[in-house]
Amino acid sequence: MTARAASERTLRGRVAVVGIGETDYHRHGASPDPEFKLALKAILAACNDAGLDPREIDGFSSYSDDRSDAARLAAALGTRRLSTATMQWGGGGGGCCAAVANGAASIVAGLADCVVVYRSLAQGQYGRFGQASGISTISGERAYLMPYGVLAPPQRFAMRVQRYMHEHGVRQEAMQAIALASYHHAQSNPRAVMYGKPLDPAKYNASRWIAEPFHLFDCCMENDGAAAIILVPEERAGDFRNKPAYILGAAAGAGYRSGAMPHNSPQYASASFETLAPALYRMAGIGPSDVDVVQSYENFTGGVVMALAEHGFFKPEEANDFLTLENLIAPSGKLPFNTSGGNLAECYMHGFELVIEAVRQIRGQSVNPVKRNDVAMVIGGPMVTPASNLLLGSGATL
Amino acid sequence: MSDTPRAAYLPRGLPIPVPENDGLSAPYWAGLRQNRLLVQRCPRCKTWQFGPEWLCHHCHSFDIEWVTVEPRGRIFSWERVWSPSHDALRGHGPYLAVLVELPHAGDVRMVGNLLGDPMQAVSIGADVEGVFEHHPESTPPYSLLHWRTTAG
Repeated sequence: MTARAASERTLRGRVAVVGIGETDYHRHGASPDPEFKLALKAILAACNDAGLDPREIDGFSSYSDDRSDAARLAAALGTRRLSTATMQWGGGGGGCCAAVANGAASIVAGLADCVVVYRSLAQGQYGRFGQASGISTISGERAYLMPYGVLAPPQRFAMRVQRYMHEHGVRQEAMQAIALASYHHAQSNPRAVMYGKPLDPAKYNASRWIAEPFHLFDCCMENDGAAAIILVPEERAGDFRNKPAYILGAAAGAGYRSGAMPHNSPQYASASFETLAPALYRMAGIGPSDVDVVQSYENFTGGVVMALAEHGFFKPEEANDFLTLENLIAPSGKLPFNTSGGNLAECYMHGFELVIEAVRQIRGQSVNPVKRNDVAMVIGGPMVTPASNLLLGSGATL
Repeated sequence: MSDTPRAAYLPRGLPIPVPENDGLSAPYWAGLRQNRLLVQRCPRCKTWQFGPEWLCHHCHSFDIEWVTVEPRGRIFSWERVWSPSHDALRGHGPYLAVLVELPHAGDVRMVGNLLGDPMQAVSIGADVEGVFEHHPESTPPYSLLHWRTTAG
């Protein structure tokens, strides 16, 4: 392959996010709307934000087996022509950036012209992630875990984090700082489920254990809502109401046998970004020091420690020193982190609220704006396979 | 190896493990019922593999075998669970789950419960031995493999 052909295989600068939309965010089970209606509302909000006729959408992309089916959405919205319907394999929020990448890739490849990427969740309608009752027999991966009381996500991930803390000397305070930063940012975000509910170290330390080493505040919420973004080719980026955010790079997947179950991945004490972080930086043509603000998926705070280290912001052995509240908050911390409150304190929209917040930062519309806002990173669900990540940039970065 | 404990470590009512409908893991679950721990090993390239798969991940041979291994190992990681995620666990707990690696079987890892005081200090690297826990009265019947620390 020639050098030119290789350089053409990139998303860098080819696709822009021109619309963002979300519903109100609710406690789990508290949505007044069913899940499919939430999806429709978020998509229409994103179209309205862009100034786009929803009938122009011709591609749909989602992840985590979203139940809001692309064919039904296209029929409901009166989509004139359906071009792509793309689902990223894998559960949880591992695919929140991959879904954006897949949508962007369909545009770059000429398969679609205007793609909506979305996630919708109504746990009152379909059941919670954190509870596993009502199953009589189990087979496959979970058969090796559930009979031992390793049922829900906190129990499935605590041992990875425990091992990571053991290998690198990471202390509870590093995880605490992540929770504090998320809650700090949520206090200026009226959309946040935890708006008006501040967190301090005493409250964190006094909170009950869910599964050691996770306190209550190390664990994400469970919420109802929907969120969506609109992607178009970069040539059309200027045709819409808001300042475009360009895709600089994206990567999805995981390293060697990362999915070996149960708990048999060779790089066990890892967030699964060992191959993805270099791929992301390579496509974007930048490095960790160029990132102005990061949105990093917190299923559990320990996963964030790993994910940020794997993206080169600090070495694992430096986690205790780097991860302080001061370093993690807008406007001028070293690495402003989850500036809307994220999964811990804004809304657990399986990470899609993080993608939207990254776009807001590029636009200058965040409730917690950062000083420099040209490059925004999103890191999808850590410790899962496949995982994914994303870099967005302002027009100045192209 | 140890005798079966009289009481189950966790309350009844948790999901019962059964093989997939293609039977991939059936030898493993049948082995536990007979106080035997079976792990896959490739006769061609000697690679150990757990959980099971239809082929050897190293050499891609489909003629992979189940081998009986001694149920002992060392603690690779652990967690103490406080919050019940299942109706059967309400009012129960805390309890300990451990991830055990088997150095004599290619360092494959498996999850079980660590028997004894749930508030005991747990050390990564500690030696453990397996304890089979049988549920013959269950429908369908099944067995689990737990762990306890060995002296020294």
